[in-house]
Amino acid sequence: MNDKLKAYFRTDHLPHIWCPGCGNGIVTAAIVRAIDDLGWSKDDTVFVSGIGCSSRAPGYLDFNTLHTTHGRALVFATGVKVARPDLNVIVITGDGDASAIGGNHLIHAARRNIDITTICFNNNIYGMTGGQYSPLSPTDSFASTAPYGNADRTFDLCRLVEAAGASYVARGTTYHVTPLTNMIRRGLEKKGFSFVEAMTACPVYFGRRNKLPTGVDLLNWQRDNAVPVSRAAKMEPEELAGKIVIGTFLDVEMPEYTETYERLLKEHAADRSGE
Amino acid sequence: MSLAAKSNEIRMALTGNESVAYAMKQINPDVVAAYPITPQTEIVQIFSSYVADGDVDTVFERVESEHSAMSAVVGAAAAGARSMTATSANGLALMWEVVYIAASNRLPIVMPVVNRALSGPINIHCDHSDTMGARDSGWIQLYSENAQEAYDNTLQAVRIAEHPDVELPVMVCQDGFIISHALDNLYTLDDAAVQAFVGQNNPRYSLLDVDHPTTFGPLDLQDWYFEHKRQQAEGMKNALDVIPEIAKEYEGISGRDYGFFEEYRTDDAEAVMMVLGSTAGTAKDVVDAMRSEGKRVGLVKLRVFRPLPVAHLVRALRGKPALAIMDRAESFAASGGPLYKEIRSALYDCEQAPMVSNYIYGLGGRDIRPEDLRQVFEDNLRAAAAGHIEKPVTYLGVRE
Repeated sequence: MNDKLKAYFRTDHLPHIWCPGCGNGIVTAAIVRAIDDLGWSKDDTVFVSGIGCSSRAPGYLDFNTLHTTHGRALVFATGVKVARPDLNVIVITGDGDASAIGGNHLIHAARRNIDITTICFNNNIYGMTGGQYSPLSPTDSFASTAPYGNADRTFDLCRLVEAAGASYVARGTTYHVTPLTNMIRRGLEKKGFSFVEAMTACPVYFGRRNKLPTGVDLLNWQRDNAVPVSRAAKMEPEELAGKIVIGTFLDVEMPEYTETYERLLKEHAADRSGE
Repeated sequence: MSLAAKSNEIRMALTGNESVAYAMKQINPDVVAAYPITPQTEIVQIFSSYVADGDVDTVFERVESEHSAMSAVVGAAAAGARSMTATSANGLALMWEVVYIAASNRLPIVMPVVNRALSGPINIHCDHSDTMGARDSGWIQLYSENAQEAYDNTLQAVRIAEHPDVELPVMVCQDGFIISHALDNLYTLDDAAVQAFVGQNNPRYSLLDVDHPTTFGPLDLQDWYFEHKRQQAEGMKNALDVIPEIAKEYEGISGRDYGFFEEYRTDDAEAVMMVLGSTAGTAKDVVDAMRSEGKRVGLVKLRVFRPLPVAHLVRALRGKPALAIMDRAESFAASGGPLYKEIRSALYDCEQAPMVSNYIYGLGGRDIRPEDLRQVFEDNLRAAAAGHIEKPVTYLGVRE
């Protein structure tokens, strides 16, 4: 790790717990690079996480950090943001955390368009508990709870968040590090709810069961299956089966929740003082 | 508990999680719904392999949270299905709302709980803060010393829960990692013996009994709510009669007898310790060592915490000079742990009640060593000789 990045880490908590070949370090470093690019102060930035492999990341980051319960990081983060709208609030979550147990909170945070940047580390599996399939495990993929293949349909978290009302939605991969970093930076800058899904490698619990046993295999899989959103627009659904569409899906300006709330308070304060 | 094997028994090496998953396989429940959480995950993960391999007929639902897991088994049980789930710590906490509903609807759900410290701070290791928090939820609670007892308790739990005089859900508790992940030698029954023992679930009411339509959990205000709660309390009281009956029948097929609690070398003991779960194994070793030195110490290992077998405990503990209650949970009442309060209260009216002290230990998986337990016995032998306890509540093995 270079010295510039090292300044953002609690180096006394390293080495991290992630398995060999795990992509979570790449995503975490991309987040730190994006923050470094923006020149944000560590003291004005809060990381909130839930439960799972990805949610361990804030433990290694030398910022204000809050490690909470499974699926609920966005709710804790909402509390932080409404209390201190001046702080930069970032949620680190995973596919199980964000789309299963915490799916409801994801929808409502996006609906409010509260100024929180959510980075979802999508490793397609519940890694921390030993590889049970998650709502983002591909159909027919193998997992400890799906020894003959996953019968469930997966869903597209980016489309969900977009439909729910977010301001910025993008998907990147740990193979395409520079675009991922840029997406995260754009998400951080955005006033409103931002969501970046980062495809990350879990060789130990996802890859090994799916003929992608190493971190390199999974990075190559990301490289070979990623389709930019512009090209995907010209492809048929059958051609897109099994592909990862990457890029920015949504980047719009909309009223942000804490600003709207603040304006309402001011308007009503003016009403009362006029009485 | 004797280890005399019956002819239909098979010796196996299983962890606590494996033993419970194996018991679930042999029970072959109609519905299992679950969500992963350490250290329970393995139970349902192993069980999912039985489902995938066609070894059981169970409908297995992989739901999106523990709240949904408990909700799904409540629905299934109300429909008349034999239903199970399993969890730990925060998973149990997230179920909370529906845990109460399961008991209030008198649904005989069996739930293995692998005891783990509740957040926060986040900790995945053993203590009893999770199930102790659920002690007033209306569930029967059985605690296990090892994988053998986790297996045996799981099988018996089905019968206890479904007994027409009880109709209450049961938590089968085992200590996270210490039991759940440690390999143990145990006796299992053959599948036919288990099936004969658990039999068919014949619920008095079920949603699928379309000739006798029923409603579960409707609005129940000042008119009848209290009566329903009173009946629920009666079901728990009836369990005091049913649990020994089921244990007796189970002894008949397994050769292993189970009481509300196990008394270990307590006959002439001056200092008795009471524990739940795996600490009993360590404590028995300490009792043996101290007995060989001529010290009169003994152990009571409580298996059934809900319902609390007050009359039996009074009979067993009356006349013992000193009793040390070991709590692997803090109740934050500024006056001792939950087991201590309950047992001390149970002994209040008894003549020749022992002096009772409390030791809170092992929170978040902090190791409990033989020398720690020896210290507890020594303190209590001293208290017995002096006729008074110096310190009612002690935190054992913590930096203060």
